[in-house]
Amino acid sequence: MSTDQYKQSFWTKYIWSTDHKIIGIQYGITSLVWLLFGFGLMMIMRYQLAYPDTPVPIVGALLGEGGLLPPEMYNSLGAMHGTIMIFLGVVPLAFGAFGNYFVPLQIGAIDMAFPKLNAASYWTYFAGSVIMATGFFVPGGAANSGWTSYPPLSEIATMGQTVWLIGMVMLITSSLLGSVNILVTVIQLRTDGLTWMRLPIFVWTQFITAFLLLLAFPPLEAAGVLQLMDRVVGTSFFMPSGLVVTGEVMTNAGGGSPLLWQHLFWFLAHPEVYVLILPAFGIVAEIIANNTRKPLAGYKALVYAMVFLAFMSFIVWAHHMYITGMGTSIGAFFQTTTMIISIPSVVILTALLLSLWGGSIRFNTPMLFALGFIPMFGIGGLTGLPLGLAAADIHLHDTYYVIGHFHYVVAPGTIFALFAGIYYWFPKITGKRTNELLGKLHFFFSLIFMNGVFMPMFIQGLAGVSRRLADGGQTYAHAADVIYLNEVMSYSAWLLGLAQIFFIINMVISLFGKKTGEKNPWDATTLEWTDTTSPPLGHGNFEIVPKVYRGPYEYSVPGEKQDFTPQSKKV
Amino acid sequence: MSELTPEEVKHHIKTYVLVFIALAFLTIVTVGISYLDLGHVGGIILALIVASIKGTLVACYFMHLLDEKVTIYWTLIATVVAFLILIFVPLSAMLDHARI
Amino acid sequence: MDIPYTVKNRPDTGLYNGKLGVWLFLASEVMLFGGLFSAYIFLRTGVDDWPAGTEYLDVPLATLNTLFLISSSVTMVMSWASLKLNDFKKYKLYTLITLLFAFGFLVIKYFEYSAKFAHNPPYLPSTNNFLGIYFTMTGLHVLHIIGGILVIGYFYGPGSKMWNSDPERFTNRIEIVGLYWHFVDLVWIFLFPVLYLL
Ligand code: HEM
Ligand SMILES: [Cu+2]
Repeated sequence: MSTDQYKQSFWTKYIWSTDHKIIGIQYGITSLVWLLFGFGLMMIMRYQLAYPDTPVPIVGALLGEGGLLPPEMYNSLGAMHGTIMIFLGVVPLAFGAFGNYFVPLQIGAIDMAFPKLNAASYWTYFAGSVIMATGFFVPGGAANSGWTSYPPLSEIATMGQTVWLIGMVMLITSSLLGSVNILVTVIQLRTDGLTWMRLPIFVWTQFITAFLLLLAFPPLEAAGVLQLMDRVVGTSFFMPSGLVVTGEVMTNAGGGSPLLWQHLFWFLAHPEVYVLILPAFGIVAEIIANNTRKPLAGYKALVYAMVFLAFMSFIVWAHHMYITGMGTSIGAFFQTTTMIISIPSVVILTALLLSLWGGSIRFNTPMLFALGFIPMFGIGGLTGLPLGLAAADIHLHDTYYVIGHFHYVVAPGTIFALFAGIYYWFPKITGKRTNELLGKLHFFFSLIFMNGVFMPMFIQGLAGVSRRLADGGQTYAHAADVIYLNEVMSYSAWLLGLAQIFFIINMVISLFGKKTGEKNPWDATTLEWTDTTSPPLGHGNFEIVPKVYRGPYEYSVPGEKQDFTPQSKKV
Repeated sequence: MSELTPEEVKHHIKTYVLVFIALAFLTIVTVGISYLDLGHVGGIILALIVASIKGTLVACYFMHLLDEKVTIYWTLIATVVAFLILIFVPLSAMLDHARI
Repeated sequence: MDIPYTVKNRPDTGLYNGKLGVWLFLASEVMLFGGLFSAYIFLRTGVDDWPAGTEYLDVPLATLNTLFLISSSVTMVMSWASLKLNDFKKYKLYTLITLLFAFGFLVIKYFEYSAKFAHNPPYLPSTNNFLGIYFTMTGLHVLHIIGGILVIGYFYGPGSKMWNSDPERFTNRIEIVGLYWHFVDLVWIFLFPVLYLL
């Protein structure tokens, strides 16, 4: 059945499209470009850290005098690297791209509930990201107060900070539109028979993520508006009385509180880390079930653990603020909640590990990335525990140890999961296969160099090397023994960059390859593989809207002819 | 709410008018109270109680929350919990901070 | 193919998509204003002296404005009820009154703001944090009012053609707009005592 009888021009079909699949691809391409850009910023910083006072090759002319990277610009690159990776890269890829493309397909819906809103959400994201980037061209350069934008530093910072705030307000608005859309889609458009406990884990993770974005992001929008007011009309919401900057007393009315910003910021930013990790869990769960050819261990435990995780993520945020002179009772509260929230994380990881037990595992590229995710996320999570205890955090806070911790969760963690997802669903989106050899090279080199970049951070951090130092600790005596690691990390970073070339080449040649004509190359059970063509129909996704009769992971069911039983197969 | 009969709608309309009168009355009351000298805390508590009653009336009758579906209730419960955390946890952190 | 449940309720949830969507949107709005209320309480508790609202603000005007918004809320719900009774003329009438009250609110707000700026010395957002938060919160609220006026105005004018082609869908839309408008009213119900009376 061709529902596409009316002619569409290139513009209506690919640019102003309201089809969730096109919007998903738009999100995917834009966010991958931003990820690459953010990665590039980081490579410049790593050069400066490894070789202070040496001109930066290739891009040096764009930086400062003599091709050197001036410290203020180092700060800009750092702040923008963090912001871009998180808000323009990982979240739009994990939630915007994967969520948009696969949630409707996995629940048997013909599109998202509000297609126009969906397009609006993408274009708001796009505009917000462009505004964010224009910061590089305003006087004083892009925002340079860290991705956390702590006042009072951010209040007296150069104009780039104002641009950053405007960009953030737009990005938040875009996320809100996106999350309303996903929530309504999952609640209202599940096809017949697809009860809550039959949803693929991926859909659950997107659903929970949407709730986090919906409720945690607006307070940061409020805080962003307050900081804009401070910067533009001179209010003092975050400005304490009698602040002295370079010897001069500020003339603001004062009476504000920098801690207020920290509370509102982390009210979002802790749930945000679960926004970064939950979709990764979802992707990895799908791929593990598919490639072990057996049902996931503990489906219900996974679901309940994730719901509990989401709830708890609203009451742990001040573990980022232990050294602000927090009182002991509140400190005890946040240490307790932080220890409690690690329980569901462990439940999830255990369920994924147990799912491997006794499976006849297929080691294809997506599966390798999914398997890589597990120990990497494990390291990230376990190193978080000491940070959650104030006694240890007072030593570790703002050192490279923290940087190591969260990069293990987001880089070899979430980003591996996202790669896994790209390799897994590439045949769905294009009808073509990716090259296995290139994929495997991509995986093994990435795995090695990721660890080469981030493992030494723990060592430096434990030795007390602070984060956000433009010279990488050159001037500190206590860093002397570990400073050589800067070179190790920088080389790893560049090699990690080179390893991504395998990915890019793989994508390009696979895109130009021939269609395989296979509908379900991985022999999967969920609706997006069993009931649509690859790629799915333009409007409407399904030839016949499927009905669901069973759970999502019926692999190797005894008595069945095949080792997979589609969700839509009648009982 | 697509299943309402005309009689029911007319009944609703009567409720709306009553709610409107109550809201207007409570507005006057809360302004009146503010001129009394009830002390700092007493004044705040009373004003917030009146505002909460007014808010509840608007939500329950104008927004038809009284006969809404469970999905909406669950959403709002989650929102209220998050809202209370947002209001009270930073406040308690600050008060605990001030004591040391 | 059309997306299901854009007009009719889904049997198991009893909701159509737009209604669920607007409630979720309002949930995020609760958290947006929640962030500002939290900031207000945090700032106020954190300092020794915080001015009383009456020192700076005009209570009688704000009382009048409260009455305006409450009235606009009741006429809004009446316009929806009129559609339910198939009375399009009454719908138009009530919507017009709603718009008038909303404009009235803006006009009064304009006089309030300009009185602050014209005061000697001027009362500006930067004068102190009480005025700062007053301007921020009411300013954001005014933006919501303006947004509401645009949408209600659209359904009063060009958007109302849908009544002829798809009355049920049109009635749903008015219900959704109403939910938003009542929420804006509800926010004011809290802003009024918090800023003016306490
Ligand atoms: C069981 C799990 C976890 C625990 C106990 C934990 C604990 C912590 C603590 C206490 C800090 C603050 C350290 C400091 O600044 O001194 C922190 C920082 C951070 N964590 Fe985690 N974490 C966990 C999981 C995660 C996950 C899953 C992610 C992301 C996907 C993540 C991302 C981050 C980020 C981005 C920061 C640094 C923020 C910054 O200061 O710029 N964490 N973690
Ligand atoms: Cu955290």
